[in-house]
Amino acid sequence: MAVLASHVDTRAERYQANRAGMLGLIAEMDGLLEQARAGGGERAITRHRSRGKLLARERIELLIDRDSPFLELSPLAGYYTEFPIGGGLVTGIGVVSGVETVILANDPTVIGGAMTQLNGKKLDRALEIARVNRLPYVQLTESAGADLRREPGDYEDELRRSIAQHFAESGRLFHDITQLSALGIPTMSIVFGSSTAGGAYQPGLSDYIVMIKERSKVFLGGPPLVKMATGEDSGDEELGGAEMHASVSGLADYLAEDEMDAIRQAREVMAHLNWRKHGYGPTQPAGPPLYDADELLGIVGPDLKVPFDVRDVIARVVDGSRFEEFKPRYGRTLVTGWASIHGFPVGIIGNNGVLFSDSSQKATQFIQLCNQHDVPIVFLQNITGYMVGKEYEQGGIVKDGSKMINAVSNSTVPHITVILGASYGAGNYGMGGKAFDTRFVFAWPNAKIAVMGPAQMAGVMSIVRRGQARAAGREFDEEEDQRIQALVIERNEKESLEFYATGRVADDGMIDPRDTRTVLGMALSAVHSNEVKGAGRFGVFRM
Amino acid sequence: MTRITRLLVANRGEIARRIFRTCREMGIDTVAVYAEPDANAPFVREAGQAVALGGSTSVETYLDIAKLLAAARRTGADAVHPGYGFLSEDAGFARAVIDAGLTWVGPHPEAIAAMGDKLAAKRIMAEAGVPMLIGVALDPDMTEAELLDHAAAVAYPVLVKASGGGGGRGMRIVREAGGLKAAVASARREAKSAFGNDAVFLERYLEGSRHIEVQVFGDKHGDVAHLFERECSIQRRHQKIIEEAPSSAVSPELRERMGAAAVAAAQRIGYDNAGTVEFLLDSAGAFFFLEMNTRLQVEHPVTESITGLDLVREQIRVAKGHPLSFSQDKLRIDGHSIEVRLYAENPAKEFFPVAGHVLAFERPSEPAVRWDSGVETGSDVSVFFDPMLAKVIAHARTRDEAALKLALALERLRIPGLVTNRDFLVNVLRGDAFLAGDTTTDFIDRIATARTKEAAPEDIRFAAVAAALAGQYERRGAAPVLQTVGSGWRNNPSAYQKVSFDGPGGVIDIEYRAASGEAFEVRAGGEPGHCRVVRCDAGVLGIELDRVRRSVSVLHDGDNWHTHDGRIELTLTERPRFPGPRTAGGDGGYEAPMPGKVVSVHVAPGDAVKDGQLLLVLEAMKMEHHITCSRAGTVASVPVAAGQQVQGGAILVVITTEGS
Repeated sequence: MAVLASHVDTRAERYQANRAGMLGLIAEMDGLLEQARAGGGERAITRHRSRGKLLARERIELLIDRDSPFLELSPLAGYYTEFPIGGGLVTGIGVVSGVETVILANDPTVIGGAMTQLNGKKLDRALEIARVNRLPYVQLTESAGADLRREPGDYEDELRRSIAQHFAESGRLFHDITQLSALGIPTMSIVFGSSTAGGAYQPGLSDYIVMIKERSKVFLGGPPLVKMATGEDSGDEELGGAEMHASVSGLADYLAEDEMDAIRQAREVMAHLNWRKHGYGPTQPAGPPLYDADELLGIVGPDLKVPFDVRDVIARVVDGSRFEEFKPRYGRTLVTGWASIHGFPVGIIGNNGVLFSDSSQKATQFIQLCNQHDVPIVFLQNITGYMVGKEYEQGGIVKDGSKMINAVSNSTVPHITVILGASYGAGNYGMGGKAFDTRFVFAWPNAKIAVMGPAQMAGVMSIVRRGQARAAGREFDEEEDQRIQALVIERNEKESLEFYATGRVADDGMIDPRDTRTVLGMALSAVHSNEVKGAGRFGVFRM
Repeated sequence: MTRITRLLVANRGEIARRIFRTCREMGIDTVAVYAEPDANAPFVREAGQAVALGGSTSVETYLDIAKLLAAARRTGADAVHPGYGFLSEDAGFARAVIDAGLTWVGPHPEAIAAMGDKLAAKRIMAEAGVPMLIGVALDPDMTEAELLDHAAAVAYPVLVKASGGGGGRGMRIVREAGGLKAAVASARREAKSAFGNDAVFLERYLEGSRHIEVQVFGDKHGDVAHLFERECSIQRRHQKIIEEAPSSAVSPELRERMGAAAVAAAQRIGYDNAGTVEFLLDSAGAFFFLEMNTRLQVEHPVTESITGLDLVREQIRVAKGHPLSFSQDKLRIDGHSIEVRLYAENPAKEFFPVAGHVLAFERPSEPAVRWDSGVETGSDVSVFFDPMLAKVIAHARTRDEAALKLALALERLRIPGLVTNRDFLVNVLRGDAFLAGDTTTDFIDRIATARTKEAAPEDIRFAAVAAALAGQYERRGAAPVLQTVGSGWRNNPSAYQKVSFDGPGGVIDIEYRAASGEAFEVRAGGEPGHCRVVRCDAGVLGIELDRVRRSVSVLHDGDNWHTHDGRIELTLTERPRFPGPRTAGGDGGYEAPMPGKVVSVHVAPGDAVKDGQLLLVLEAMKMEHHITCSRAGTVASVPVAAGQQVQGGAILVVITTEGS
C-alpha cells in the first residue's frame, strides 16, 4: 500500500502560530478536565473519603485491567450549562478482565450523584454506545436518585426550562438497561451506596448485582417515604441493606465485604462471561505512523479559514502512514481511501474543501464500497457545506448531496467521526454527523459546529429583515441592523464552539489532536465487539 | 599403548562435564551414569550415552560398583574415570575396573589403598621423611579414660578425623577434654554414613595454619613431577570454598622443599597418575603432612590455569601408558589463579545446604573466567547430593586482579530465587584480609565477613521499578484487546498505575504512568522520578532513573519478581492487587444452612476449636449436616441445644477468632 509523503516546515511562521493557538486551546481543555476530576470539590471529596469510600474514578481504575487504556466519554459534559463539569457521572470504555466494557460511575461528591437532565443525557448515550456496539455494561452506582432540588426563585423561568423534558417522558434508561440484557449484552451493577426509588431499578434490571455490606442500600422507598406511605417505622438495613438482599430478598447476587472486594468480584464475574467479540478485526499490521502526531498541532490551527490538506492529518493517524487513495484525481475537494488504524481496516473520507457534485458522488460510491467489504468508515470533517450558486444548483448539487446523505444514512458499517475544524450545515450530516447513528463522534478543541458560519448567518438574517422591511414598506434601520448582526455573530460564535457542543453532550468528547489515533483505535476496537457488516441495500438514489 | 575409545565417568555434575569436555577434545566417546534425581542434568545430556543406575541415593547409584561395571559393559566402554568423591579413592573399585578388562584412569589400586588408610599413610610418609603431626588411631573399644589420655598426649586442640575419607566429613575440632567423647561419637557416625567405615583418629590441630597442597603427577614409567602448590585455607564446615595457586605464603624456596617432599611421598608408593599431597603450613613456615588424595581434586583448575596443562588429558594419557607430557624443569607459574565453589547454601545460617530450582543460571560474558558448572537454567538442586552449583575460576597476572575479577564475575552472574553463597564469596574476595593474603584455615571464624549483601535503598528502587515496568510490559503483551494502544492511556488522566512489593526493606510501592515514547513518570515509595526504559532481549530492561542507567534482568515467577542489575540479585514479592476475601465463618457466626433439628452439639463456650473440627450436627431434609469449624478460634456462645428445632439462617455457634 502506498505510503503518504507528508513533510511540514516546523519552523514556518504559520506552523508556529497554529501550534501556539492549539496549545492554548488544549491548555483550556486540560483545565476543564481538571475541574471535572475535582468532582464536587475538596470538601465533598474529603467527606466522601472520611467514610472510607473510593472516588468514582478510583473505582474505575480498580475495575479495569492494569495498564489497559480507558477512554472517558464526554468528560466535559456540563460546560457552559448550569450543571457542574462532568455532570456528576463518569462514563467511558475500559477493559475489565480482558473485556471491553461500557462503564458508568456516579460521582457521589456531586450533588450526591443525583440524576439530572444533563447526566441523564450522558447516561443515555453510554447505554446507546453499549447497545449499538454490543459492549457489556457495568454501572458503579451510588446515587441519591432524581434531582429533586428546586431553586425557590423565578417560577416562570423554571417552567420554561422544564419544558425540556416532562416526567412522563423519563425512565427510558430502565428500558435501555433491560434491552441490553435482551440483546445478550451482559449488564452488571455494583452498588456502592444508596440506590433509591427509580434508582433501585437501575441495579434491579441488571443481570448481575454485587452489593457491599453496610454500604449498599437499595429500596423503592427509604424509611421516610415508607413512614409517609404506610406509617410503618423501619430501618434502612432491613429495607434495603446488602445482607438482607443477599440472604432474604435475593436481589443481590454477590455480597462483598468492602469496595475493593466488590470490584474484585465484579471482575471475576466479567472473567466468567465467556465473552467473544463478533467483529473480525484487527487484521492488519498496526505499526505507528511515520510522522509525529505532535505536528498535527502545527498543521491545523484555530483559524478555520486557513485551509490544510487532510492527507497531512491522515499521515499522522493511520498505521505506517499507509493510505491507498481512491479516485485521487476526481472530486478533489474530498479525499477517500483505505488505510488501517491499530490494525483495523478503515475507509477514510476527509474534506479538502467544500462539497461539489463530483465529490458528493465520489463519497456515495466510496461509502457503498465500504459496505460491500464490511469496512468501517472514518469521517475527518472540515466542511463548510455543500456548494451553493446557480451553476451548482443547476448541476444537481441537491441530488448529489442527497445521494451522499442517503448513503451515509443507510450504510450499516460503523461510522466514526472526528471533527478537525469546521462542521457546518448539511456538511455535518453528509460527513457522519452525530444524528446519523454515528457510533462515535469526537472533536478537536478548535472545531466549530453550526448550521452555518456566524457571519454568514448574521448576513443572511440581515438580508431577510431588509426584504421584510421592504415588503412592509418600512424604513430599514441600518444602525439597529448592525447591532443585531453583531449580537448574532457573538452568540453564534460562542454557540458554534466545540467547547459549547461538548458541554451539551453533542459529541462523545473533545480530544487532544495528538490522541486522535489512540481514540480512533479504541473506538474501532469497540465497534468490533459487534458484527461489522455492510448494508445490503440503500434508499433510492436520485439520478 | 592401551587404547581408550569410550570412557565412562563414574560420577556426576560438574566433574562429569569437565571430563567429557576433555574427552571430546581427545576424540573419545563418553558414557554417563546417573541417579534418578539427575535424569535431566546437563552432564547426562552431554554424554554420548547415559545409563540410568536406578535409585536416588549415592549408595544405590554412584557407590554401587556392580551397577557401574554393568553400565560399562552395556555401553562398551573401555575406560572408567572416577572423578572425585564417591568411589574415586576406593581401591576395590579400581581393582574391579581393571579386573573387568577396562582401563582405570587413576593411580594403581595399591597406591589408593596405601593412602586410603590415613594412619597407614602417615606411617609410610614418615618413613619417606615427610614432616608429620602425631596421629593416634582410636580403637572402637577404647575406654573414655584411654581416649582422654591419647588426646592429652596429642595435646589440645585436637582434630578428630575419619580414617577412610576426606572432604571434611567425619571431622571435628575439640578444644578441651569435655567435648571429646561426643565429638568422637558423631565423627564415627558421619564417617560410617559417608564412607562406610567408622574408623577415626586424633591429630594435633594447628591454629592459624594454612592448608597447602601440592599437585603431583606420576606416569607408568616411574616419573613423578609436581605442579606447584595450591592454597585452600578458606574452608567452612571443613570444606574448601576458595582455592588458589600459587599460595601467597609459599616462597620459591619453600615451594621447592614442599614439592620435593610431595614427589618423594608419591615415589614411595610408585604413584602413576594425578594426586595431591596435603600439608598444613604453620605460621612459622613449618609444614606437616596431612594426607594424600589419590585422585583429581575439585580445585585442579587453578593448577591448570597457572601451568597451562589439561590435567584430565594428562590423566588419560598416563593411563594409556604415555610418559608425562611435561618435565619438572620446564614447568613455570603463569600469573595467579583463584577458584571459588558456588554452593546452594545459606551463609547466614551456618552455610546450611539448600535445595531448590535453578530458575536461571546466566553467566556474564565478561569478565572472562572459567565456569565449571553442574547446573544450568532449569536444573534442580536435589537433597540427595552435594549442592555445589559451579566452580568459578579466574586467572590473572596478579593475585589482586584475579580476586577482583572473580568477584566481579560472580556479582554479574544471574542466579535468581536460589539461596547461594555468592554474596559471601564476593565479600571475602574483596575483603582486606583476603587481599592481604591473610588466609588461614580459621579464616571464616576469625575474619568477620558479611554473609550476605545488604541492598541499598537505590538498589531496591531500581529493582522495584524494573519489576513494576516488566509487569506492565507483560500485561500489555498479554492483553487480549487494545494491545497496541498506549500503556495505561487516559484522555482524562486521574491516577498512576500502582503495584506494591514486599522486598528486603519492607513494602515498596511503585506508581507509574506512561509518558511519551518508552518513558514513564514513576513514584517509588512516594518519591517522584522520571524513568526511561530501553527494552532489551530476554527480560533485560535498561532502566534509566533520574539519569542513572542500570540494566536490570527481570524474571517473573508466580508472585515473585527476581531482579539482577549486575550488582545485586533481589527478589520482590508482588502484593495482590485486591486483598483476598475473608474466609467464610471468619466473622464468627455459623448459621443453619436450612431449617432443621439440632442432633448434637460438640463444643461448649470457652472451647478452643481448630479448622475442620466438628461443632454441631443438624438434621434437615432427612440428612445430617455436619457444621465444622472453618477458622480456628474460641467458642463464644452456643445459642442452641440438642433436640432444638431451628430456622434456616439461625446462628448455631459463635466463634471468636484471633484478631477479630
